[in-house]
Amino acid sequence: MPLRNLEGKAAGSLDFARDDGAWMMESLDQIKSRIEGAVPGAKIEIVANGSPSQQDSLLIDNEHAVATARFLRVDPALRLDFCSNVTGVDWLDRVVKKTIKVKTVVEGVEKEVDQTTEEKIPGYLEAVYHLYSMTHKHGPVIIRMRTADRAECARLSSLTPVWRSAEFQEREIYDLYGIHFDGHPDLRRILMWDEFEDHPMRKDYVQPDDFEWEPTPHDDVLARAKEHYPPRPQLDGAEQIAAPQ
Amino acid sequence: MNMTTETIEAMERPPVTMASRLEGELLEVSMGPQHPSTHGVFRMNVALEGEIVRKLKPVFGYLHRNHEQIGEHTSYLGSMPYTDRLDYFCSMSNNWAYALSVEKLAGIEVPERAEYLRVILAELTRLQNHASLLGFLLSDMGAWGTPLMYAFREREKILDLFESLSGSRMMCDYMRFGGCRLDASDEWLARAKQIVDRFPEFLDEFEELILGNEIVIGRTQNVGKISAELAINSGITGPMVRASGVNYDIRKVDGYGFYRRFKFRIPLGEHGDTYDRLMMRALEMHESVSILQQAFAQIQPGPVLNPKVKVRAFRPPVGEAYGRIEAPKGELGFYLISDGSPNPYRYRVRPPSFINLTILEDMCLGHTVADVMVILGSVDIVMGEVDR
Repeated sequence: MPLRNLEGKAAGSLDFARDDGAWMMESLDQIKSRIEGAVPGAKIEIVANGSPSQQDSLLIDNEHAVATARFLRVDPALRLDFCSNVTGVDWLDRVVKKTIKVKTVVEGVEKEVDQTTEEKIPGYLEAVYHLYSMTHKHGPVIIRMRTADRAECARLSSLTPVWRSAEFQEREIYDLYGIHFDGHPDLRRILMWDEFEDHPMRKDYVQPDDFEWEPTPHDDVLARAKEHYPPRPQLDGAEQIAAPQ
Repeated sequence: MNMTTETIEAMERPPVTMASRLEGELLEVSMGPQHPSTHGVFRMNVALEGEIVRKLKPVFGYLHRNHEQIGEHTSYLGSMPYTDRLDYFCSMSNNWAYALSVEKLAGIEVPERAEYLRVILAELTRLQNHASLLGFLLSDMGAWGTPLMYAFREREKILDLFESLSGSRMMCDYMRFGGCRLDASDEWLARAKQIVDRFPEFLDEFEELILGNEIVIGRTQNVGKISAELAINSGITGPMVRASGVNYDIRKVDGYGFYRRFKFRIPLGEHGDTYDRLMMRALEMHESVSILQQAFAQIQPGPVLNPKVKVRAFRPPVGEAYGRIEAPKGELGFYLISDGSPNPYRYRVRPPSFINLTILEDMCLGHTVADVMVILGSVDIVMGEVDR
């Protein structure tokens, strides 16, 4: 391939972008109903966000996750072609207290009394995807998926086939949170070393007392090791190894 | 060795020359983590056929210190100085991205002068980041010393500005939720303006010396091409995606800060190769100079910190927020979940240079080992941010 010939200033071959405005995006309710129309059987829930950021999100079900993601990417009105941020969140078992006003008769008078009920929500792991559109320049649409539990078999379907940008980020979630992504092309640990066994971003992770411990035979380690190993022979036997014929 | 019939047969064949022995066989090489051109402790497992790269798998984690978990164990403000250590070349933009996310999470207003100061500091950061990137890239190509020193001479001037404003050259820790820590004096602004006004002089000289250089053109053009579709799908951002001709600059798209008040252009590449990525940086510096000059003309005296923001016992309302800025390396985002306590429940950094490495293999396949260094240099990584 011939090299580009540059006359005068090298900048001449490049162009500047036109300043085209952003598209208006549909509301989450509209997106939800359109997903449910396009992906039969998909169960979508809107997760409200109480923060001033007003970034509500869509909770998608795991069975239809890939189909839903594909719809979001290819739909001409949405075109969410840019998956910016993928991350995990660990939610432990928690108890939510709800206060309901109940009418009861106290000493013959009808009164409204606060009644507190406790609801136990089992823990789960969550994967959160922040989607934007580079074509229409809108976003974010936030989708999240939840695992059934926090056990070692916590599984979700990988969205890497839909958005390549999830490749390293899903590996990072697998590494630090322990969510297995089905359909990921190369699911390995990414930041921790391969022999590491735990998932350090989990909320109940306990750091080992000594990261650097290794069983090198010196000092007190050697003294303890003596109990476990048979006594060493006087000679290590190296002088008896003959050179290969 | 197991002597099967196959191996015995192979031994009986006449001896083969080195060239034909290597044909079709892959040689696995571990590049890094101590390689000078990997910009820190980055490693690539490369499978080579002769000198051609057939497979490349990046290996991360040598600088991993679980930044996110440390962020979850400290208060919101406690993470601010720690964000300096992510991309230690651009601490000001890291501060801004984090402050912006917390301001979204807690609904905090920022005074006008603080927004102008943020724009000024972020664009100065972009100038020094891009200048030193070009120097490093030239250094990777074998132009040892001189181009890098030219770039660092300019970078020093900007770091001196940072030092006189925040007290530190690289670990600035300058922004706060709802503004900036300290006000800039008129003398500081005058000195910054003087440095910015003289910057195009350096740029013209640098471009003339380097970007038209035949060796640079030969080493970078048509090397490491990315198509626009792949660039979008793999989530790369910043100058990398714009070099492939995708018009996406968060300063324009989100218009955070006061970027809507400035007139500036977005340079776009057309080939998506290393040369275009190099040019993106040079052209963006021109635009940054233009933004800075407008900001110096518009900035007015006023408060720099929102007095309503609590410093102690700062507890944002329960909820979550994702804030992002156009950092020099791409989209830098912070995703925060608050459970109403003084510590964030979830603190996530979306590091641009980590995600930009997603397509490193696609860019390098079919090129020589020497090109890998140039391609990696054009991605612009900082390991403090990649490994976190």
